[in-house]
Amino acid sequence: MDLFFQQLINGLSLGALYALIAVGYTVVYGIVQLINFAHGEIFMVGAFGAYATWMVMGQPANLSVGMALGVVLPLMLVGGVVSSVVVALLTERVAYRPLRNAPRLAPLISAIGVSVFLQEFVRLFYGTIPFVTRIPGWPDAKSAVPFPSISGISDASVQIGGVLVQASALFTLLALVVCTVFLWFFVNRTKTGRAMVATSQDPDTARLMGINVDRVIVAAFAVGAGLAAIAGVAHGLRYGNIDFRMGFLAGLKAFTAAVLGGIGNINGAVVGGLVLGVVEALASNYLGTTAWKDVWAFALLILVLVFRPQGLLGAKVVDRA
Amino acid sequence: MNKSMFKLAGVAVVVGALALTGCGTRGGASAESSASGSAAAANKVAKIGVIAPLSGDLSALGLGIKNSVDLAIKQANESKAIPGWTLELAAEDDQATPDVGKNAATKLASDDAVVGVVGTLNSSVAQSVIPVLSAASIAQVSPANTNPSLTKGEDLANPKRPYANYFRTCTTDAVQGPFAAQYLLETGIKKVATIHDKKTYGQGLVDNFTTAFKAGGGEIVAAETINPDDKDFSAVITKVKAASPEAIYYGGEYPQAGPLSKQAKAAGLTVPLMGGDGIYDGNFIKLGGSAGDLATSVGAPVDTLESAKAFVSAYTAGGYSEPYAAYGAYSYDAANAIINALKVSLASATDAKSARQATIDAFAKVSFDGATGKVGFDEFGDSVSRVLTVYKVDGTEWKAEKTGELK
Repeated sequence: MDLFFQQLINGLSLGALYALIAVGYTVVYGIVQLINFAHGEIFMVGAFGAYATWMVMGQPANLSVGMALGVVLPLMLVGGVVSSVVVALLTERVAYRPLRNAPRLAPLISAIGVSVFLQEFVRLFYGTIPFVTRIPGWPDAKSAVPFPSISGISDASVQIGGVLVQASALFTLLALVVCTVFLWFFVNRTKTGRAMVATSQDPDTARLMGINVDRVIVAAFAVGAGLAAIAGVAHGLRYGNIDFRMGFLAGLKAFTAAVLGGIGNINGAVVGGLVLGVVEALASNYLGTTAWKDVWAFALLILVLVFRPQGLLGAKVVDRA
Repeated sequence: MNKSMFKLAGVAVVVGALALTGCGTRGGASAESSASGSAAAANKVAKIGVIAPLSGDLSALGLGIKNSVDLAIKQANESKAIPGWTLELAAEDDQATPDVGKNAATKLASDDAVVGVVGTLNSSVAQSVIPVLSAASIAQVSPANTNPSLTKGEDLANPKRPYANYFRTCTTDAVQGPFAAQYLLETGIKKVATIHDKKTYGQGLVDNFTTAFKAGGGEIVAAETINPDDKDFSAVITKVKAASPEAIYYGGEYPQAGPLSKQAKAAGLTVPLMGGDGIYDGNFIKLGGSAGDLATSVGAPVDTLESAKAFVSAYTAGGYSEPYAAYGAYSYDAANAIINALKVSLASATDAKSARQATIDAFAKVSFDGATGKVGFDEFGDSVSRVLTVYKVDGTEWKAEKTGELK
């Protein structure tokens, strides 16, 4: 039974990462019906932004837990979120907005282009960003970069019975909870959030009602990017290193999670992410070897889509939120 | 560290190193010691290609290969090893991907000046590169491919050489896996979990390890795989931990092995992780490999081997910005093997392209003392050397633990 709970924790923390990224797919899809395939790269940019922030702070290491959790980590999160949001808004302005009224496939291809561009940009130029080359020890991103360890998270863990819960897993889950609460509040209690709901229901009527649709779209990209950046930091803390390709598979899995939960539905993205993570972890333990975990994850996706094409929670509950 | 100071010192050392240990010791090159080293304008050009990952996760290994070949070529030109010819380096990036490697091979094969290629790093890439170079009759010497089937065909019980143009300076998984098994059994470890990355190299290593480990009385308590793109190994670690192994044997490379070791230790699975030459790199430790982890690598430790000291000092003096890494000495020997063959084949050749087949034929007689020991090839193209070393992570670096031959 310990094994079951251990795998459950593994799955939940992996699923929480998927969920944080999946929200970005789902909000953007809900509003502009665009599958933003570059979103995985926004997650990657967040991780590199947080790393850059840590370098600029002078690579603080071996700090007390209070200092690490109270000062360094929040600053890294801010740095990551800022870089992700800036990059996401730039891509929206450059690659998607000019194609707003083009056929559906055009922005999709554009998104794939942005994805390749961001990966290669980070790979080639992260090490040579002009204003930072003077910082000694600045790495290039051509191979994996070890992520700084944060006292209290990186190497800490709690033993509960036979189950070992790592602090990095708790951090990821906590991040998901906080972000979900924030999202609920944002969507239901703020003007921009409600404008988002209105736009996703009917963009034309929303515009007639005086809602600035362009601003709403920008807000959707920003929210998704912010959450992806937090996931990027959580990824770095949990796995100890980041690389320019980390967004590809994570993005694919998160997109799967968004579809599983019902694309366009924020709660669905969260549920879909968690379900996908847990299925992967439990399947590696109980259904054949770990080589089969992706087979089971995608088999589940197909099953859900056959019997419930709108996803677990139904597409676009934003409509009724 | 002050880089420019280092470089200045490097220039001073290079002169001394080349004069003292230079190419005269490598297979009796005609040493025109007072020559300035620059080639005469009338010299014909022959190129030695390199196909290795020069970017991406494995670039640390690939750049070491490229630089070491570059060093061998520079030394050969300096000593006028092949009268009337100037050698040039043509390095191509394979990004550790078979498709990209194939394109690189096609590009090199269409260059009439290319007479030999050093590479690849990955066995999986070699599988797509060898046929291209073979069709163009270009000799290929790999410093790092350890998959046995590349030289002996798919059926190892009835070995049949698939490509006459392919040689290697390293030993194979057929030796490396069993050597690791032998070491673990000697240290009293009887229960091992195996994990591999499903690539040609990783799977071959684990298969060879498993056979030898079972034959030696050991028990494989779990056999798992990971997806090389995965970052989260917690599920597989939890499963392996439940089987309570005394060690993990990993078939794969350091970009996954480092994080895997780190995540295993964080999850409370504090047994050593052992791998092959693919994890024997400083980056393994940087990415999370921890004290006690083990790796086998081909040959004796380069920095202790008498024959390798000349290589190491020349490399250091060469001012390369990347370390020679795990395969530097093997690449240097691979390049020198080609150069030795070229001495025979280019002597009477009018142009580089017509000498390609003669170069391959000349490999049968190549035999010299290289940086890794005796360099020579058997009837399959495999290295005649079967020496391996077990390395252990000690603090932040690899320390040689035991050197020996497979029994």
